[in-house]
Amino acid sequence: MSEYKLPADKNINVEEILKDLESYRPRRRGWTWREPVADQKMGPFTYKDTTKPLKSSVPLPPAHYFGDIDPQPAPVITTEIASGRFEDDIRRMRMAAHHGADHIMVIRTAGQSHFDGLIEGTPQGMGGVPITRKQVRAQRKALDMIEDEVGRPINYHSYVSGVAGPDIAVMFAEEGVNGVHQDPQYNVIYRNINMIRSFVDACESKKLIAWAGMAQIDGAHNANATAREAWKVMPELMVQHGINAIFSAKVGVDKKNICLSTVPPTATPAPCVYMDLPYAVALRDIFSEYRMRAQMNTKYIESSTREATVTHVLNMVISKLTSADIQSTITPDEGRNVPWHIYNIEACDTAKQTLVGLDGLMDMVELKKDGYLRDKARELKERAILFMEEMIELGGYYESVQEGMFVDSGIYPERNGDGIARKIDGGIGAGTIFKRAKDYMAPVTAHYGYNNVEQYDKSAVGDPAKLIGGCTLECPEKIVYIDELDDEDNCIKRMEAVKDFTPGQSKMLRPEMEWLADGVVMMTMFFPTEKRVAQAAALECGKKMGLTEVEVISTEVMHPVEGTRIEIKGKVPFELEIDKLTIPEEPDVLDDDVIRKDIERRPMKIVAGTVGDDEHSVGLREIIDIKHGGIEKYGMEVIYLGTSVPPEKLIDAAIEVNADAVMASTIISHDDIHYKNIARIDQIAKEKGIRDKIIFIAGGTQVTPALARKAGADEGFGRGSHGVHNATFLIKKRWEMEKDGKM
Amino acid sequence: MKRTDDYEQRRAHLANLTDEQLKERFWQLAEQLTQPLLDMGYEYTSPAVERSVLLRMGFSSIEAKAIVDGCMEHSLMEHGAGNVVYKLAKTNNMQIREAGLALCSGKLWSDAEKLFKEA
Repeated sequence: MSEYKLPADKNINVEEILKDLESYRPRRRGWTWREPVADQKMGPFTYKDTTKPLKSSVPLPPAHYFGDIDPQPAPVITTEIASGRFEDDIRRMRMAAHHGADHIMVIRTAGQSHFDGLIEGTPQGMGGVPITRKQVRAQRKALDMIEDEVGRPINYHSYVSGVAGPDIAVMFAEEGVNGVHQDPQYNVIYRNINMIRSFVDACESKKLIAWAGMAQIDGAHNANATAREAWKVMPELMVQHGINAIFSAKVGVDKKNICLSTVPPTATPAPCVYMDLPYAVALRDIFSEYRMRAQMNTKYIESSTREATVTHVLNMVISKLTSADIQSTITPDEGRNVPWHIYNIEACDTAKQTLVGLDGLMDMVELKKDGYLRDKARELKERAILFMEEMIELGGYYESVQEGMFVDSGIYPERNGDGIARKIDGGIGAGTIFKRAKDYMAPVTAHYGYNNVEQYDKSAVGDPAKLIGGCTLECPEKIVYIDELDDEDNCIKRMEAVKDFTPGQSKMLRPEMEWLADGVVMMTMFFPTEKRVAQAAALECGKKMGLTEVEVISTEVMHPVEGTRIEIKGKVPFELEIDKLTIPEEPDVLDDDVIRKDIERRPMKIVAGTVGDDEHSVGLREIIDIKHGGIEKYGMEVIYLGTSVPPEKLIDAAIEVNADAVMASTIISHDDIHYKNIARIDQIAKEKGIRDKIIFIAGGTQVTPALARKAGADEGFGRGSHGVHNATFLIKKRWEMEKDGKM
Repeated sequence: MKRTDDYEQRRAHLANLTDEQLKERFWQLAEQLTQPLLDMGYEYTSPAVERSVLLRMGFSSIEAKAIVDGCMEHSLMEHGAGNVVYKLAKTNNMQIREAGLALCSGKLWSDAEKLFKEA
């Protein structure tokens, strides 16, 4: 086995991950939920609904105000990752895990549903990744390291569907995949795979899912995404959930691992919570023994990330008011033409932020027990029951699909005649099922259905694999590992092509949105004109800026003629050399507590003002005021003299109050007046004999530290300086002066 | 088929059910609809099911596909592809992989056919 360990301060090394894959074995099987911690104390707060915190993570942006806490909400958080190059996705997974994702769902490449068997090697995908044993092993192995780093198990997930469902289910059970989508109805309705074949295959797949303890998610949300008027399919969604749920439970999947892919059916500007909440309540009433995977509404997402985020948040309000065991995150990638990894991460943060923000909500509010909410929920349940009654009248599931009962845009029993109808004897894989003979036998574990093992060995009836001394599920050394089948279309070749950009190893950089070194950048711009002109202008603008493959990815009208907001993407045709970049040194900053303690040890008095004929006060107030996080918060005493303070007055005041320091703000800069003011203060302080006993600092938007020092200040603070930078200097300078016996 | 919303008429027989009874009705219908599907799964097999059996017996995806294709060609699917390999190995005193790889390379199919005709 490879000895590679993931270092916290280094990029993940994909080449190392790919080493010794043939001998890799997954460390566990089955799904893991988060560990709830009741009344968890973090920073100054007590949380009602959070879970065990992470060892290493990236908290929400304002966390630094609260001691960098990163509370983790109760539901498992999903991120969907699938750029087509699994080797690039490994880095994306690490980033997502640090932002709180513990369910990594890998979307399959277009067309895998119709591939009759396992795909092997690492070919490039389209709209997803070709799911292969090598790819699964590499990603599971990387996630083993990533979960150790963040300190929480990460569930790895993909799809068991198409005409090779059982093949994939075996491979997933062998390789330690933790969660799957499995719903034969998805095959039938959306992939036009023969319905009988789909259900026969599903029995075997689900038996394997049950054996491996995987969580299973159904495919019902697709009806919502497909139907013409999505909110009208609510009764049918319940039927689809019901069929897959009971079918799976009967095969042997634990109900606690059967998750409904439930989606709030509508979105704004519809009054969506009013419509979606009764549906969510109805579902949780009927499916009380099952788990809820809260998908977000994708049907109505446009290309605005802001709008998608609000929809996501509204969907999570429903999750919080009812329940969610797994919370999905979706971004408007499809509308923006690239699976952008920054939006993957952003959506994880949206989920974390919203769910943490709503912590404890249900301790304060409860859903009404009667009235519209319950009446509407009841109506939806009845409509679902009527749907199933008609299915039985028609002869059963197969006949009902043939009749076009599914994905009809009418709210059942209304029918609009636009459902997706499939023929019982039609579709891919039609005529490929075989009735088992009396002597039918399969000498393996987790096999569904009739199995005449006793013809060979009566003692093997409960354990058919005994006939062959154990199958791969008991003896993983029997698994045949295939590395690559295609000499050209594989990850080694792809990584070779961008080796100059290997993160952490090379000295070159290029922007990235999807694949390493793809060069993709995004830009937001506004034109004071109508939509179509603005779009053409934006494209031209991108080209003139030197971008290639420029595309408009989002357009929002500010006013039909007054203006349009446009986002474009394009590729930069150059690369950057890290060694040639000018990287300014990080500003020297002491810990808040260190500064506070030193002020407790010895108080500090500072005289401050804006000098010269200068009425600017905002900048200095921000450096001083406690409410802006200024130096007062450390206990420093500031005597603020106001604006247009003559330099003499500043020094006189310092002498009068016996100040430790003088702080001058100087904003106006024409004719170098700001540096002249600094020099003047320095000179007066010398004349009055206090210069070597006080600290003198100066700041302003046009102040350059080196020039301020040259003019006579001890230090200068320019644009972007904050209270902490000033305070750090004051403390350090005082230490220095104390050491020299000057203070 | 097109139909206007006749929910109010259709629901008459459900109107007096309690919420609990309604839930029972839902699950009773769901079970009724899925039982025939489970029965078919019990009685039938498919190329994917048989490939998955062979994978578990220690064959690669490529080998499994070749053996299942051979079973379909020689009308042996009803016995189970795993069974074909198992019985062939047992009768000929071969290892499981040895027997399967022989089938992959087009050999021993007539032996296999004979084994199951005799049965």
